[in-house]
Amino acid sequence: MNRKQKTVLFRIIVAAALTIALHFAPVTGVAQLLLYLIPYFIIGWDVLRKAFLGIRGGQMFDENFLMAVATIGAMALGTYGEGVEVMLFYQIGELFQSCAVGRSRRSITQLMDIRPDSANIERNGELVEVDPDDVAIGDIIVIRPGERVPLDGEVIEGASTLNTSALTGESLPREVGPGDEIISGCVNEGGLLRVRVAKTFDDSTVSRILDLVENSSLKKARAENFITRFARCYTPAVCGLALLLALIPPLFAGNWAEWLRRALTFLVISCPCALVISIPLSFFGGIGGASRAGILVKGGNYLEALADTRVIVFDKTGTLTRGVFAVSELLPARGVAPEELLETAALAEIYSSHPISRSLREAVTTPLDANRVDEVQEIAGHGLTARVDSRLVAAGNARLMDRLGIAFTPCNKPGTVIYVAAEGKFLGAVLISDQVKPTARRAMDSLRAQGIRTIMLTGDAAPVARAVADELALDDVHAELLPADKVARVESLLAAKSPRDRLAFVGDGINDAPVLSRADIGIAMGGIGSDAAIEAADIVLMDDDPAKIPLAMRISRRCLRIVRENIVFALAVKAACLILGALGVTGMQAAIFADVGVMVLAVLNATRTLRALPAFGR
Amino acid sequence: MKKKFRIEVDCANCAAKMEEAVKKVPGVQDATVSFMTQKLAVEADDDRFDAVMGEVVKACKKVEPDCEIHLK
Repeated sequence: MNRKQKTVLFRIIVAAALTIALHFAPVTGVAQLLLYLIPYFIIGWDVLRKAFLGIRGGQMFDENFLMAVATIGAMALGTYGEGVEVMLFYQIGELFQSCAVGRSRRSITQLMDIRPDSANIERNGELVEVDPDDVAIGDIIVIRPGERVPLDGEVIEGASTLNTSALTGESLPREVGPGDEIISGCVNEGGLLRVRVAKTFDDSTVSRILDLVENSSLKKARAENFITRFARCYTPAVCGLALLLALIPPLFAGNWAEWLRRALTFLVISCPCALVISIPLSFFGGIGGASRAGILVKGGNYLEALADTRVIVFDKTGTLTRGVFAVSELLPARGVAPEELLETAALAEIYSSHPISRSLREAVTTPLDANRVDEVQEIAGHGLTARVDSRLVAAGNARLMDRLGIAFTPCNKPGTVIYVAAEGKFLGAVLISDQVKPTARRAMDSLRAQGIRTIMLTGDAAPVARAVADELALDDVHAELLPADKVARVESLLAAKSPRDRLAFVGDGINDAPVLSRADIGIAMGGIGSDAAIEAADIVLMDDDPAKIPLAMRISRRCLRIVRENIVFALAVKAACLILGALGVTGMQAAIFADVGVMVLAVLNATRTLRALPAFGR
Repeated sequence: MKKKFRIEVDCANCAAKMEEAVKKVPGVQDATVSFMTQKLAVEADDDRFDAVMGEVVKACKKVEPDCEIHLK
């Protein structure tokens, strides 16, 4: 609690104590009124002041004004205790609201407590601790084990593991070594790292993420805008009803005082605070909770739109697949061990800088001794030959096998095929292809279970696309598309869907910017620092994991469910109080008590959105 | 031109009223107030931006006397 809040709490306690004491005091008449005015002013002076200022500014339907009228009315009718109690409960409600909002804000700040405080710059051979703002591009910084990476950069020395859970929600540590790019916000776990800074603090990933989350509350959901408009109509409407209640029934039935009391009860219920505070709080919590899971949502409206999403269009490379070429299958000839096939191919290619060679080398588990390889001869467009362990080995495409007159079994699977032969004998084929992301299948199944249509668009060849679509059991696939074709395809899908449904596009941002902006919701693989993605998209998945998409949808649905619960609950209780108040069943105290109670419950319910959801499930 | 300002406002209803009031100021194309992050975002004509902001502050004070807008 800050100082302002503590003062209010003090005033509440004092006023409450005095009111209780006065209940038992044997005073009447003017003395009683004067005594009750003491706690009344202690607890209500600021409300009265704001009411007065409000009238001067032309603000008639200010809740302060209404509270003032209601309580002064109560005092005028002789029910002094009631007047003070109403003011007391009102202030308790306001204090609670203030604390709840403060706590929600702080928990979001803690969640997002990824901002580093300092950086260690290397200057003249010494380590100087400075503010991250003061570090320039090209400076060398040192990150010790246990410290948070302060700036984006490239590792020039050291090997370590990074904990990216603050950014991505993933607890699996990431290994880094010289030449790797690292981003700010991660925690360095293993060893010392010397890093050359690539971006200033303001441009660093951590600053941009924090900015994004901070500004996300400015893009309001439909529900938030509705509540604002509703609140503007609600208060005058209830006041109008209060006026009617005070004037009409007494004209026929007399008993002005009683009807005035009932009308004052209306005024007390006329503040829609429960809704006005709990709805934005829910979305704020929802966005905060999502960012903890590594899902950055740029606005409450996008979180809301997710729940209406019926079609999701995916890019292939880098989104559903890893975008990295690796050995996916070994097809050895009869009598040849798969390990021998792989090792022979890897050794033959050991001096080549071709990406294919890299994937071969990476697939081999045992260390490769380059000394075993000799006389490498590259044949452009075909492959190469080399002497491996004094055997003449050939590795390359079908043309190479034909040229050398080696009988081989053609492999028709989609991907790049390397045929390997040794001493004129066919050893087998190595299939190198892009691999589907490990969690992609589960993600697609989860989406389909939620009734969502999954479509893939790719510029890649049809057989490869078909294979991926089959592996992931996608509903539809379109291949060999030029970038303009992708936009056109999304346009036609948008035209074909019903107006209430939303279409989301998932891409890795680099060449997908036009489609990301065209779709209702653009979801980008934020990856480790893809600037284009963070810019173009509405939702960024910090760890490139497609499984985060069904999770995001569940977060969205839960948030909307909580919002709906609050709206229904608050309106129902208010309506009940209005009816009971009009009938004279409940007095002012009960009304304000119910009002505050509703607000407390609505706010508590709203803070549920901050809690994390399990990764997979309903 | 779009600019964001830090604000201090005590209640959610007041924040909503501020947003309405700012939107009505001539020269303001769009405005959003976030009670949760205590931020005001204003989009207004480039050349008259400072003058418009002066009007914005006045409009807010009328609606919510206790509010603060940090124009720095």
